[in-house]
Amino acid sequence: MNILSKLSTLRLGAGLLGAATLGLSLTAPLSASAAERTLMNASYDVSRELFTALNPPFIEQWREAHGEEVEIQQSHAGSSTQARSIIEGLRADVVTFNQTTDIDVLANAGLVAEDWQSRLADNSSPFYSTMAFLVRKGNPKGIEDWQDLAEDGVRVVFPNPKTSGNARYTYLAAWAAAARENGGDEVQTEAYMRKLLANVAVFDTGGRGATTSFVERGIGDVLISFESEVQSISREYGDDSYEVVVPPVDLLAEFPVAWVDDSVRRNQTEDLARAYLEYLYSPAAQRIIAEHNYRVRDPEVAREFSDRFPETELLDVNQEFGDWDTITRTHFASGAKLDQLLRR
Amino acid sequence: MIARAPKRVLPGFTLSLGITLLYVSLILLLPLSGLFGQLATLSWAQYWTIITDSRNLASYQVTVLSALVASAFNMVFGLLCAWVLVRYEFPGKRLLDALMDLPFALPTAVAGITLATLYAGNGAIGQFLGFQVSYSWLGIVVAMAFTSVPFVVRTVQPVLEELPNEVDEAAMTLGAGTLYAFRRVIFPHIWPALLTGTGLAFARSLGEYGAVIFIAGNMPYQTEITALMIVTRLEEYDYAAAAAIASLVLFTSLALLLAINLWQARFFRRLHGSTGA
Repeated sequence: MNILSKLSTLRLGAGLLGAATLGLSLTAPLSASAAERTLMNASYDVSRELFTALNPPFIEQWREAHGEEVEIQQSHAGSSTQARSIIEGLRADVVTFNQTTDIDVLANAGLVAEDWQSRLADNSSPFYSTMAFLVRKGNPKGIEDWQDLAEDGVRVVFPNPKTSGNARYTYLAAWAAAARENGGDEVQTEAYMRKLLANVAVFDTGGRGATTSFVERGIGDVLISFESEVQSISREYGDDSYEVVVPPVDLLAEFPVAWVDDSVRRNQTEDLARAYLEYLYSPAAQRIIAEHNYRVRDPEVAREFSDRFPETELLDVNQEFGDWDTITRTHFASGAKLDQLLRR
Repeated sequence: MIARAPKRVLPGFTLSLGITLLYVSLILLLPLSGLFGQLATLSWAQYWTIITDSRNLASYQVTVLSALVASAFNMVFGLLCAWVLVRYEFPGKRLLDALMDLPFALPTAVAGITLATLYAGNGAIGQFLGFQVSYSWLGIVVAMAFTSVPFVVRTVQPVLEELPNEVDEAAMTLGAGTLYAFRRVIFPHIWPALLTGTGLAFARSLGEYGAVIFIAGNMPYQTEITALMIVTRLEEYDYAAAAAIASLVLFTSLALLLAINLWQARFFRRLHGSTGA
């Protein structure tokens, strides 16, 4: 019977090891097929449904044009986690992220060309989104704008900006809207941000976690997330549970894509990777993307879906805050603005 | 004269030792050396600044206190479970015995999400409670207690099995009351195992991430656990800072387990009057 206690010791070893190697990441599910080549798309957490819809038409298209069977593997995790996995050896051919910084990290590591953003149209961002509010039916707290989020008694749910790109946009959008409201007075903006952050009910680590807290657990008066996510929830649960509010001033959130030069060279998939990303700009793909509640670049398709996306003034994050390096340094790095605002 | 090696049950001692050492190196030491490699990029001053950051300090407090409460709870509850499983016969005993391993088998994230759902204000259990469990400090304790209870049960169980009923019967016939018999006869016997199990449970709780993260609420300075601070640093691509905080958790756990082992060795020496147990 002493074996049992030995076993426990072993398990402890495993436990400690787990603590030491946190940050191991997941890979794509296996699937058997007669594909001649496979393309791995490393994407952000909540894009599963989108790419599951986008991939089959591309495979079809490629077969017709080149007579080759290809398979597309999907891998999903937070986009910083994905970037880390690729640096540590995940051979993803293309990345479709929700944060420019995470591709910049790959560029700094020499895995993606420095000029990746100019290799495809529209800053290599075939679609974009903005931040939106999901409020409970009837909007009992009367939340229409960023200012309303800092009112007393409003409980706000969005993920932790330290661990979620989604939340970083929320933070920056709130900051930009406040700065516009008070004419760029930094003291007032920080006071507003402090109140907003104090109103946060739960800091989940990612966007989906925040959605669960708001929808399943009934926590908070308002969920802030990408418009795409918020619209999808509202559609899924029907209009009688929630309302979507898009504030009058908001931030444009790019969803950048790139092929990973290092991987496509090793996997010999550059033509395929490039074609896959260019396909995302085609009207057919743009229509699928718009159906998943992302705002698209193609003017024709954008017009078709215009009733889904309320008009709002979309600010450019880099014009408001400077390049992403600067943003990270001033706001999100250890000890920077966000940490100062949260300090007791 | 060549001394003949004593006969061993398992043949091929050198081979099995070699495999063991290789395994330990690959699975344990190699990742650990990665950790120390990251640490080596820091100066002592930097290391100190990172680990004494006020938010990290608050997270140590939350983590250690929650782990202490969870372990104390498991010490009592785990002992009770082990006692019931060893001393009584009842229908479904085998099933209950198997259930004890569930926290090991269940992915911790699943456990965390399930517990958060159950104990949320609108959850199956939470709606009957007058106080908040999910997204509070108490939620962290619940998650830690859940994931670490098998450590106590499985370390105490075999020791209890070696302690026959006759021992407490003998104590009673010699005039001991039930409480006295438990305190002076049974408890001293199982105490080392109980402490080891609780120590393991505590060490496990210190490092638990998956289960806790979904129920904690993760509010800065209030319900942020240390493992989250490590993940946060990783998200910032700051491997060295992550390693610094991780090393602190590692050393705490190691020191604790070492202390328990030393204490146990002393205990057995006293018990058996010899060097080994």
